[in-house]
Amino acid sequence: MKKEKDFYKRLSEKGISRREFMTFCTVLTATMGLSSSFVPKVAEVFAAPRQRPPVVWLHFAECTGCTESVLRTMYPWIDELLLEILSMEYHETIMAAAGHQAEKTLKEAVQKYKGKFICVVEGAIATKYNGAYGKIGGRTFLEIAKDVCPKAAAVICLGTCACFGGIQAAKPNPGGYKGVGEALGTKPVNIPGCPPNPINFVGTVVNYILLGKLPALDELGRPLFAYGKTIHDQCPRRSHFENDEFVTEFGSVEATMGYCLYKMGCRGPETYNNCATVKFHGGTSWPIQAGHPCMGCSEPDFWDKMTPFYEEL
Amino acid sequence: MRAVEAAVGVKIPEVARILRNLLHGAQFQHDHIVHFYHLHALDWVDIVSALKADPKKTATLADNLSKAPWGGTVYFKKVQQRLQTFVDSGQLGPFNNGYWGHPDYRLPPEANLMATSHYIEALRLQAKSAKMHAIFGGKNPHLQTLVVGGITATRDLTPDRIAQFLYIWKETQDFVKDVYIPDILAVASFYKDWGGIGGTTNFLAWGDLPQSRKEPESLFMPRGVIMKRDLKGVKMATQEKVREHVARGWYEKGNDRHPFKGETKPKHGKYNTEGKYSWFKAPRYEGEPCEVGPLARVLVAYAKGKKEIIKVVDTTLKALDIPVGALFSTLGRTAARGLETIVIGDAMEGWIMELVDHVKKGDIKTYQRWEMPESGMGYGLNDVARGALGHWIRIEKKKIKHYQYVVPSTWNLGPRDSNGKLGPVEESLIGTPVADPKRPLEILRTVHSFDPCIACGVHVIDPDSNQVYKIRAV
Repeated sequence: MKKEKDFYKRLSEKGISRREFMTFCTVLTATMGLSSSFVPKVAEVFAAPRQRPPVVWLHFAECTGCTESVLRTMYPWIDELLLEILSMEYHETIMAAAGHQAEKTLKEAVQKYKGKFICVVEGAIATKYNGAYGKIGGRTFLEIAKDVCPKAAAVICLGTCACFGGIQAAKPNPGGYKGVGEALGTKPVNIPGCPPNPINFVGTVVNYILLGKLPALDELGRPLFAYGKTIHDQCPRRSHFENDEFVTEFGSVEATMGYCLYKMGCRGPETYNNCATVKFHGGTSWPIQAGHPCMGCSEPDFWDKMTPFYEEL
Repeated sequence: MRAVEAAVGVKIPEVARILRNLLHGAQFQHDHIVHFYHLHALDWVDIVSALKADPKKTATLADNLSKAPWGGTVYFKKVQQRLQTFVDSGQLGPFNNGYWGHPDYRLPPEANLMATSHYIEALRLQAKSAKMHAIFGGKNPHLQTLVVGGITATRDLTPDRIAQFLYIWKETQDFVKDVYIPDILAVASFYKDWGGIGGTTNFLAWGDLPQSRKEPESLFMPRGVIMKRDLKGVKMATQEKVREHVARGWYEKGNDRHPFKGETKPKHGKYNTEGKYSWFKAPRYEGEPCEVGPLARVLVAYAKGKKEIIKVVDTTLKALDIPVGALFSTLGRTAARGLETIVIGDAMEGWIMELVDHVKKGDIKTYQRWEMPESGMGYGLNDVARGALGHWIRIEKKKIKHYQYVVPSTWNLGPRDSNGKLGPVEESLIGTPVADPKRPLEILRTVHSFDPCIACGVHVIDPDSNQVYKIRAV
């Protein structure tokens, strides 16, 4: 109890009221698909001052958009995630260390927290020519992944590239890029999306800290709380689909009316994700709300299988 | 987008042009803040030293330097306490193994504490600023509303959405003026000699932010090229003069080619600084390497007499008491990034009002219909946060026959060319003083000042011992 009191004191010092904090926990609990009885427990995860779970974040073939996406988290804010919730032991974009010191940091973190750290992977792994298409400090992505991933308590692939290869793996795929699971022959947690919504990453991590295990996954390794239903099934424009009210041209009267984008090539019916319910940036928007069809960016091989993007399914 | 629009021959409506400019402007505001605080500041700021600061003195210092909305002894005590709790946990996370205590960290503890607090505030601010992109782009990163012919966010042209955008824009621009710029000046005042380190020779800006359909005449950030640091000799830049070299990159043997005829035939090989050593091609303008990015844009605008830029540049040079020549440096590059953020950010207010005028008149046309031609050719030139970006496309039988792009980090970080000329970052590192070769903080400063979109490899050679140190900047 004392710890809890201390926590709320700290919160109020930062200008966050207990009420705001509980709202955040409620949003997160709902996103994770847990019953409301879990709200106090989710709060506890953030309240109890304890050793922060160590995270080793590997960057392979990617654009760092997934890191950017996580930087936009609002539940909790990124400074809290970095300073009070997780311990980001290795992360090439934001870490201060460089060069040999960076290599040393990775080595030390993996040794010190062997079997205990969460390994987040962003980006695909080159497998052709012994992985020659992707190296860091002289080691191939493949070597690094084979070294680090098996030593983690859990491996979370963040974004379509780490999950399924992404754009690197699109035909003709000269470097032989693959997602982490396929490259290593393992079954990591996959949080796909280009980029994925940060709330799905936070939800997975909180689930792990809170319940000591990973959330329930589908056959592609995706957390069911986020990827259990199609975009189409949750789409606010669904009634227009049922009523045969379609947009057939951008900028048209139908587009202004917010009609269904199915005939513009929307991949919502084949895409499993929760964009429609959680939206991006604290509920600000998401592609279909902004008038653009879903591209299916969180589905395997979407660059090959979902294209041409603007043709009806 | 622009390359395809040029190839199919479609002109986007005014409202689409304004919306794209607003999204682009928001990108400048957001990216430059993140670059300064989260990707570059720790090259100048010793975060560990902040623990030794006197919060009261920090408050006085901050009051004198900036108009930040937070401050005071209590505030800085809390920031310091938060940092202390973090350090006491024994888990230093992203701050592990930094070059803390390096002899060339020059700020007093109080300035370090102030900068550290702004590092944390900027983390939160950038998440808010990115909302501007979500409003008219659906999400950030990877906005999804931009289409050939315009933009799809027609339904977001409502008073409440525009007002939301306006308020976030204001909060961000206030941060730029009250915190970001004063911080650059404060840090720069301790590192004035960096106005003579890390410079390059030639500068290219395609320019961007069109104020009408006339390009390049109406570009808010003008197009131009400056050779041999000769500001008076600034010329209009044209895409015909671009060639890409592959002599020193991991590609199959090939001639220097214009992007319309460019080839991308990767062939991996050994890392050999005498031969091939990069995945980058080496872009050249009239055969010369050119730096691109904020410094190039600011220099071109300055040389072309753009009033807003001249005003902020001259004010800054005066405040720091340094000559124009000091712009050709690491310090100049970092300052230019902040200065163009003021100018572009300020202009955004006018663009928002322009948008309001259109909406008021009932003009919400954001898309122009177009047909895919049997064949066509086009290029699109813009200037994004990191610098000059060009795309070249050739369409045949309604399909992409040929596509090439030359991106900012390729210009800046590309290797030597077929004539052995160094790339801009390579050139900029020559002569950099390095106090401790095992902890080459100074090298990071210059490499990071380019905002490279890459984890890059560089070598440092100590002329005394001839020992080669391999350094990776991430």
